Amino acid sequence: MYPIIQKRVLNETVTLMKISAPMVARKAKPGQFIIFRIDEEGERVPLTIAGTDPEEGSVTIIFQKVGYTTEKLDTLEEGDALLDFVGPLGEPSHTEGIRRAAVIGGGLGVAIAYPQAKALHDAGAEVDLIVGFRNEHLIILEEELRAACTNLIIMTDDGSNGHKGFVTQALQAQIEAGREYDAVIAIGPLPMMKAVSEMTRPLGIKTIVSMNPIMIDGTGMCGGCRLTVGGETKFACVDGPDFDGHLVDFDEAMARGRMFRPEEAEARKKHLCRLTGEAR
Amino acid sequence: MANMSMTKHPMPEQDPQVRSGNFQEVALGYTREIAMEEAARCLHCKNAPCVSGCPVNVPIPDFIEALKTGDAEKAYGIIRSQNALPAICGRVCPQETQCESKCVRGIKGEPVGIGRLERYAADTAMASGSAGQAKPADTGRKAAVIGSGPAGLTCAGELAKAGWRVTIYEALHTAGGVLVYGIPEFRLPKALVRREIDTLRAMGVEIITNAVAGKAFTVDELLAEGYEAVFIGSGAGLPNFQKIPGESLCGVYSANEFLTRLNLMKAYTFPEHDTPIKIGSRVAVIGGGNVAMDAARCAKRLGAEVSIVYRRSEAEMPARKEEVHHAREEGIEFRMLTAPTAILGDENGFVKSMSCIRMELGEPDERGRRRPVPVAGSEYELPVETVIVAIGNSPNPLIKKTTPDLPTEKWGGIQADENGRTGKKNVYAGGDAVTGAATVILAMGAGKKAAAAILADHP
Repeated sequence: MYPIIQKRVLNETVTLMKISAPMVARKAKPGQFIIFRIDEEGERVPLTIAGTDPEEGSVTIIFQKVGYTTEKLDTLEEGDALLDFVGPLGEPSHTEGIRRAAVIGGGLGVAIAYPQAKALHDAGAEVDLIVGFRNEHLIILEEELRAACTNLIIMTDDGSNGHKGFVTQALQAQIEAGREYDAVIAIGPLPMMKAVSEMTRPLGIKTIVSMNPIMIDGTGMCGGCRLTVGGETKFACVDGPDFDGHLVDFDEAMARGRMFRPEEAEARKKHLCRLTGEAR
Repeated sequence: MANMSMTKHPMPEQDPQVRSGNFQEVALGYTREIAMEEAARCLHCKNAPCVSGCPVNVPIPDFIEALKTGDAEKAYGIIRSQNALPAICGRVCPQETQCESKCVRGIKGEPVGIGRLERYAADTAMASGSAGQAKPADTGRKAAVIGSGPAGLTCAGELAKAGWRVTIYEALHTAGGVLVYGIPEFRLPKALVRREIDTLRAMGVEIITNAVAGKAFTVDELLAEGYEAVFIGSGAGLPNFQKIPGESLCGVYSANEFLTRLNLMKAYTFPEHDTPIKIGSRVAVIGGGNVAMDAARCAKRLGAEVSIVYRRSEAEMPARKEEVHHAREEGIEFRMLTAPTAILGDENGFVKSMSCIRMELGEPDERGRRRPVPVAGSEYELPVETVIVAIGNSPNPLIKKTTPDLPTEKWGGIQADENGRTGKKNVYAGGDAVTGAATVILAMGAGKKAAAAILADHP
């Protein structure tokens, strides 16, 4: 069992948990992910690692309530435990040699952009951290974000924090203002990563994206996480999850992400009463 | 007096009509009376040719001798002396190409039903609870085993018998490897796999799940931690695809994914279990091996019309005859000499059909199998919602990547001699990680030989 040693609600849909998992914490590096399973009936769900503390033996995950399993995870409290927690999986991010970076996080992707930005910043790189949320109430980790970069730009879709627009627009503005980057690292929803990659492609700026497709084992066995990258089939679990954004077939990845939508909705509906104790 | 019947006693089975709608075991097993009658067909040949056909050298005539008087427990003890997983082998070994192919009774009629008798002995002894194995005297020697599939379990069992402390590292959340994620419940009940594994635990074998070799730890770290030997039985890896258009559409699964969803994650009970499976009403399974048969029969049980699409003829199919027979009985359609050329999708990116072309057999290839050649102008479209690709696996890269001094083959498999010794000191390997996709019993044989090599190298 893997006990939850800390739980922190970041906003109405996003929660941070520190999980005791010494074997994972010992080895995990930014960019890698874990797979958890709550209980015996549970599905295996991949989540990118948001932080580790090898001494404490803990791994931090940040998740958004988007389906049955994440709703259920959110009902657990400090002292409860997960049945399974395996990792670190995937290849660590390769950020060697990057001196000036724009790290872009959208929505929950901000949770993953944060350790990336921090690692680069700690290594002495100049980091513009551009993050986007739907509105100001959903902004998470602001303090941590500010400490992890040279320059923090927070955008909201509705402009409620005074900076209206998408992260791509902020990136565009930075570039137009003369900022030069060795690399852009984009983490978030597929349409956002696609838009960033399309923007940087004509400018020839190296762009790294973090893919989070459907997968089961996460160790190179099921093949469910396959993507087309540069015309070749790649497996996010062992070849990724980071890929060259200019080579990823995002449209295909988006279509594959829709595979189990109706089933997810069914599971959520069927289980909601179990979670809330209410009839719906 | 020997029973001179020319045929083996048929295996009692669930009716095909009934079983194609459930996931319960197809073969029901011999009764005591049937087992005694079938055992009486064995001539107890002095030279025991059957044993030479067994990768783990089970003393076959001896255990059958015990069954002639109905003594299942004695028979089980005899099998266990050489085979760590009898109830599993009795079900999934290809006896027809191994022990039974050497049986003298097979010259003029059918061979003795060795596999069925092995299963009877194991099931009966295990059900009576007498299957426990005493914990051997502890020698204090330590070995690590990577992977808890048939190779790893067998190697661990042999070492434990010799008094070694064995720790198995398993990447998934459940021990058993392909026995739990690959082979379906109706062919190998998972409760039985658990019981076999519990028997190993009772012998002192420790199993650590959620531990991925090459990620959470490396082979060198295990050696540095004080394990005197490391056995790698990490199994087959990434699924192969055909590289035809449309393989990324929603509704295309590798057999690994399809079977793992069903067997390991129990998606056939969705939403009782949380992992979903989507199947549609028509399914095409590409391939002609045992994995293709398993996938097809699973799809059938989910209520679909299922076609197996194979580019050669039935004679070349690598699947066991029994599996093909069962699949056919259950109403699976066989489209032989047919190759898929593309998978076509609807406007939402879901599979709607598969383009196929008919083939004919041409000249034999380097392995002597006649090469399939497309018949010009024979293309047609097969309407399906799901395509399952069951054309094999490539080796998993994780251990290779993190163990640079472990010699591997060009295709990625780990190099090991016939006794499981690799090119790296104190590191042994066996099973699919070495041979590429093969059978449970061959992996067990490799695990057993490697254990013998470990014991010989560490006196």
